[in-house]
Amino acid sequence: MEESTPRLIRDTASDGPCLRVLGRWTAAQLTLPGVWNTVETSLAGLPAEAGVRWDLRDVQRLDHLGAQALWNHWGRRWPERLETQPEQRAMLERVARFSVPPPTLRRRTLWERFLSLGELVFKVTDHAQDLLRLIGQLLLDLVRLARAPGEGPWRDFTGHIYQIGATALPITALVGFLIGVVLAYLTAQQLRLFGAEIFIVNILGLSLIRELGPVLAAVLIAGRSGSAITAQIGVMRVTEELDAMRVMGIPQGFRLVMPRAMAMAIAMPLISLWTTVAALVGGMLAADLVLGITPSYFINNLPRAVMVSNLWLATGKTAVFGLLIALIGCHYGLRVKPNTESLGQGTTASVVTSITVVILVDALFAVVFKNIGI
Amino acid sequence: MMPPTASPPGNPPASASPGAEARPPVVDIRGLWSVFHKAGTDTVVHKDLDLTVRQGEFLSIVGGSGSGKTVLLRQILGLQTPTRGNVTVLGKPAAVLGTQGAASRVGMLFQHGALYSAFTVLENIAFSLRELKCLPEALIRDAALLKLQMVGLDVKHAHKMPAELSGGMIKRVALARALIMDPPLLLLDEPTAGLDPESADAFCNLLRSLHHELGLTVVMVTHDLDTLFELSTRVAVVADQRIIVNAPPREVIAFPHPFIHEYFLGERGQRAMELLREYPFTV
Repeated sequence: MEESTPRLIRDTASDGPCLRVLGRWTAAQLTLPGVWNTVETSLAGLPAEAGVRWDLRDVQRLDHLGAQALWNHWGRRWPERLETQPEQRAMLERVARFSVPPPTLRRRTLWERFLSLGELVFKVTDHAQDLLRLIGQLLLDLVRLARAPGEGPWRDFTGHIYQIGATALPITALVGFLIGVVLAYLTAQQLRLFGAEIFIVNILGLSLIRELGPVLAAVLIAGRSGSAITAQIGVMRVTEELDAMRVMGIPQGFRLVMPRAMAMAIAMPLISLWTTVAALVGGMLAADLVLGITPSYFINNLPRAVMVSNLWLATGKTAVFGLLIALIGCHYGLRVKPNTESLGQGTTASVVTSITVVILVDALFAVVFKNIGI
Repeated sequence: MMPPTASPPGNPPASASPGAEARPPVVDIRGLWSVFHKAGTDTVVHKDLDLTVRQGEFLSIVGGSGSGKTVLLRQILGLQTPTRGNVTVLGKPAAVLGTQGAASRVGMLFQHGALYSAFTVLENIAFSLRELKCLPEALIRDAALLKLQMVGLDVKHAHKMPAELSGGMIKRVALARALIMDPPLLLLDEPTAGLDPESADAFCNLLRSLHHELGLTVVMVTHDLDTLFELSTRVAVVADQRIIVNAPPREVIAFPHPFIHEYFLGERGQRAMELLREYPFTV
């Protein structure tokens, strides 16, 4: 055992039993591996005898944690007989003075938990109200922009187009291409069973242009740019930049929400088109390799298989997706509270909500336009 | 193992000033160079800088803006590696300071508190102790409550989140967190910046009494001359990319250098100097 290890020695002096405390009773020592267990065992193993004398004079060093440990062992009161150095006594006195029962953290009762279910409803309506207000503000801002187009935040707008659109081109092309290849391979297996190989053009063309391309692009952009929008605006809340804007009289909707929403509504259909083309190229390649359907046949038959109205539907749909992703991103960004935890929660909620909403709205489009283009 | 620099039992807390030179160094900086590369040009911040902080000192580092005071503090903490030179803290290189149990060697009060915003006040204070996972929860909680009250906060604030605290309270909680394992060395970055005069005074008194009672070695970076004269037992002045003087405040003021003349004997300095007559530097 080392000299500095905190320990207890029981002596029997002429005036009764004596407990000598030795070693360094410091946080650094007590938190070394295994030390606390030994100390606790030796403290617990002490026989409860009245009139025992505690001798702290040979302790090498006593800090607050060591003093607290002894104080707790003494049952939060002074032992009957105690011998200390003056500064050890000062340390113990400080611990004694500040030893209070911890404030209780009030737990919620069952009734309050039941009531919190109702709070959930209020929370949802609160979100809905905020979102509605955001949309209304966006419309007002668009009117203002239409009246004075020269005063619009065009630099922000083009910057967002670049960030949301141009920088997303490689990843969306890669994902689209691979999905096209996978889809073509899977359907080719099934079509061959029926000898209906040439219908791969119809299947790929319709599913990719009408559904998969737009949804795939929207999900990717929601994860990529929706989260970025929430994080940007959220950080502005944490660093009080939003408050600074308000103080300067710069409207948040006009400068933050509108350029993002507009950029998203324009970039999203373009990205969707790009993803669809990449997926079709992948599918075309796979069809050539697996079924021997040449790219020229594929391209010639595509207009016959898929009506142009599908393209218009996809474009309109993705513009709505983009608008929704931007609005949801801004909505959660503006609701971030000035702490880092809320920022993380807001970003997560933003991505999850926007992906869910994209799929919901897509289903809505599918039902409403079921007679068009098929 | 604890480094051999903590005061042995029986010694009075570091209040006695005689024999200061004999006390062991806690921070030892030798031949330090800090060079920053930016846009193709090198900026030399420190050039062959030496600094020794001895046990029990309350050393203030002063210097103009951009003279590298905070950089120096970060280098002492091992957060930043100097371009050249050695930084020894408690007998070990600063780079190995941040290993397990670092909270028992050095405490740092960051300028803006740096409280973990996801934790309550009590969890923030107890964090480093709890992470070692060897003490019982009740003892950790008691130790954290003790430090909370030692920095002058009421226990009713224990379950608040950092976002609910005022600036002065954030500083106090951050100080309690830095002190949880009673480290022998405490570093302070602008401890009174952003506090109202009353809070700043209260915080100064708190720091002074902690320094006195716990025998801490303190290194402080500050621009506040009142705080400087109230607390420091020594002042180190960073100018011309090195420490031009490291001495008790009275000697520093008398040191002939244009920067010191401007810094201490300007209009603001004169006002703070009144304090010199009030506080006889016995802390």
